[in-house]
Amino acid sequence: MNVTFTTAENEFRSEVRKYFKEEFPQDVLEKQRKAIPLTREDTVRWHKNIYRKGWAAPSWPVEYGGTGWSSVQKYIFADEQARASAPAFLPFGISMVGPIIYTFGNDEQKKRFLPDILEFNTWWCQGYSEPGAGSDLASLKLRADLEGDHYVLNGTKTWTTLGQYADWIFCLARTNSDVARRQEGISFVLVNMKQPGVSVKPIVLLDGEHEVNEIHFDNVQVPVKNLVGEEGKGWTYGKVLLQHERATITGVANLKYMLSRLCSLCAKSIKGAEPLSDDRTFMRKVAAAKVEFKALEYTELRTLASVASGKAPGPESSILKIVGTELRQRIDSLYLEASGYYALPYVRDQYDSTYPEEDRVGEGSETNAALVYFNDRKVSIYGGSNEIQRNIIAKHVLGL
Amino acid sequence: MDFSLNEVQMMLADSIEKFIANEYDFDARQKHSGSELGYSEEVWKTFAELGWTAVPFSEEDGGFDGGPVDMMVVMERLGRGLVVEPYLANVVLAGGILRRGGNSTQKSEWLSPLISGKLQATLAFAEPQARYDIANIATTAVRDGQSFVINGSKGYVLNGGNAELLIIPARTSGSQSDERGITLFGIAADTAGVSIQSYDTIDGQRAAEIQLTNVSLTAASVIGEVDGGFQTLQSTIADATFAVSAEAVGIMNVLTEKTIAYTKSRFQFGVPISSFQALQHRMVEMYVACEQSRAIMMWAAMAVTEGGETSAHAVHSLKYQIGIAGTRVGEEAVQIYGGMGMTWEMDVAHYFKRLTAITLMFGNADWHLDRLAGSATP
Repeated sequence: MNVTFTTAENEFRSEVRKYFKEEFPQDVLEKQRKAIPLTREDTVRWHKNIYRKGWAAPSWPVEYGGTGWSSVQKYIFADEQARASAPAFLPFGISMVGPIIYTFGNDEQKKRFLPDILEFNTWWCQGYSEPGAGSDLASLKLRADLEGDHYVLNGTKTWTTLGQYADWIFCLARTNSDVARRQEGISFVLVNMKQPGVSVKPIVLLDGEHEVNEIHFDNVQVPVKNLVGEEGKGWTYGKVLLQHERATITGVANLKYMLSRLCSLCAKSIKGAEPLSDDRTFMRKVAAAKVEFKALEYTELRTLASVASGKAPGPESSILKIVGTELRQRIDSLYLEASGYYALPYVRDQYDSTYPEEDRVGEGSETNAALVYFNDRKVSIYGGSNEIQRNIIAKHVLGL
Repeated sequence: MDFSLNEVQMMLADSIEKFIANEYDFDARQKHSGSELGYSEEVWKTFAELGWTAVPFSEEDGGFDGGPVDMMVVMERLGRGLVVEPYLANVVLAGGILRRGGNSTQKSEWLSPLISGKLQATLAFAEPQARYDIANIATTAVRDGQSFVINGSKGYVLNGGNAELLIIPARTSGSQSDERGITLFGIAADTAGVSIQSYDTIDGQRAAEIQLTNVSLTAASVIGEVDGGFQTLQSTIADATFAVSAEAVGIMNVLTEKTIAYTKSRFQFGVPISSFQALQHRMVEMYVACEQSRAIMMWAAMAVTEGGETSAHAVHSLKYQIGIAGTRVGEEAVQIYGGMGMTWEMDVAHYFKRLTAITLMFGNADWHLDRLAGSATP
């Protein structure tokens, strides 16, 4: 039993670290450190940078442009990415629709869509949830009626993250309502958003950010060649995608560096206040979060070791989403507490380096701690709420 | 990176599992626990014959040369079997002191028979006033020519009523909580001035309060150096903390498995209670607690193997985790079993009690968390 890395793995780590230090856009890292939202241009630019490096799709097969990394290398990459405060890959293309297309799509679709996903020429968004279909996704109502060589789409998708920037949306749509099980009759279709009948309405979240949208489809024409796999089998494909999604939102690596930044913040005296590291009550909460993190990290490492030795991830991997997201929220709340009164000014851009120094309110916080705290309430809700995750574990792991 | 057990460890695991399955069911356990001795001499003999009592000792000392991972393998399985035989007191505690501090005479006189199962021993690590601070020692050992005279009292001495050899930390210099000035003594339990009050503990085991009144010993009783016993004591208690935590992981898993199985067989309102979401989510939390605890246990096993500063940090983390998660799993098991979980007849109740005892042993969750909060280690 050991968790040591090989020489080759350590060399790989150095190479990745060097990339983030020297080649990756440094202004993006700076914004990330201060929890300032990235613009569309920022996001496209850093993805293209990583594409040029050849690392745009760590989890894809090599034949489609993947890196061919081992699971340990992927772990090291994610760890260094988080260590550098680099943003995580935007999941919609790389982690979500890409794998569906190369797994279930035809050759024409692979040629047509995969290169642009890899190079980030196309911005994708996810059309799953609907106003009446959240955790109960199978109750979705977006209709796709076949008329000649087109489907005609009518209905609404919601909680569409960064849909305002997107060029394409992948949707689960109902192609048949006359089915025995609601999971049948659902199809997976790719929709160009730059066409008549598609309208994007912003939903402003509690942190004041426009991150998600409601997307309306009004007689939108989708050619049949944009159907992925078989008609009516979309639920099966979509479920595969949800597994990818759950694997990506745990963000274990990121939590490690959130905790270490929290500890640095605690060690500082801000505006003459006593450093929090002298406050034993607070530090006990930090210590408890660290233990929980360690448990999460080793659960992930166990999963990784199991995959690396050619086995399937064990049932322990099922707890990663729940534990990872709830720990993230706990760390967020510790940041909030650590910031005290200076978590409260609602001046969104003031930690941007271009913001006039003399106008900045307080120095008590180094990040938008409250905005992060509020925004991250989402992590236990999306990707299958944590209650749904508990249902899944109860059924599939505990056999209840 | 490798989380699997090696071949020897797998054989060890397998032999203990087989023994528990074939010869140590709950009724046998209850019988041993309720016997006059509080454990079975025959079972203890088997432990020695199968080499389990030799696990942490060097080959030179007649042992198996096992490390923390081997100890984890043993203790988790003893936990699963709810074993009452005094493995912790003999092998981990007394054995831990002797293998670290004992000279060759002491090893042949005490450690060899301990390993072969012929000598019962223990370490008196606690004093009534000290709570979990092992350096807080009011028992004194005063030099009188070539000998020492010991006075004081020790509390919660595991296996204290059966032990023939008592290892007594006593203060030879310094003030009451100094790390320096602690000396370890090996004392025959029948020495004049030693009075032992043995009692049952809530977890079906035995402990004793020990009074030492003008107990006179020769310098040959000193284990290690005069005034310099703390390091040995501290390392041994860290071992024991790790060991009972691994035992707790075994117990927590059994409780979770049994609770799941019980809810599938228990019908209310015409359906198995396992179909209720309110209970399902609670059992998922029990499962999460088990997996999180196992992960920390594996980290700690590797960190203790490596040694150094991370080692102590990992053991504090583990015992904190066990304190929180163990309490949760134990209480939830009884809640979900309902009235049945409250009865003496059900094994879950006894697993719960052992788990509860472990949460208090060698520092509760708060005590360990406080150690972590005061250190800068990541």
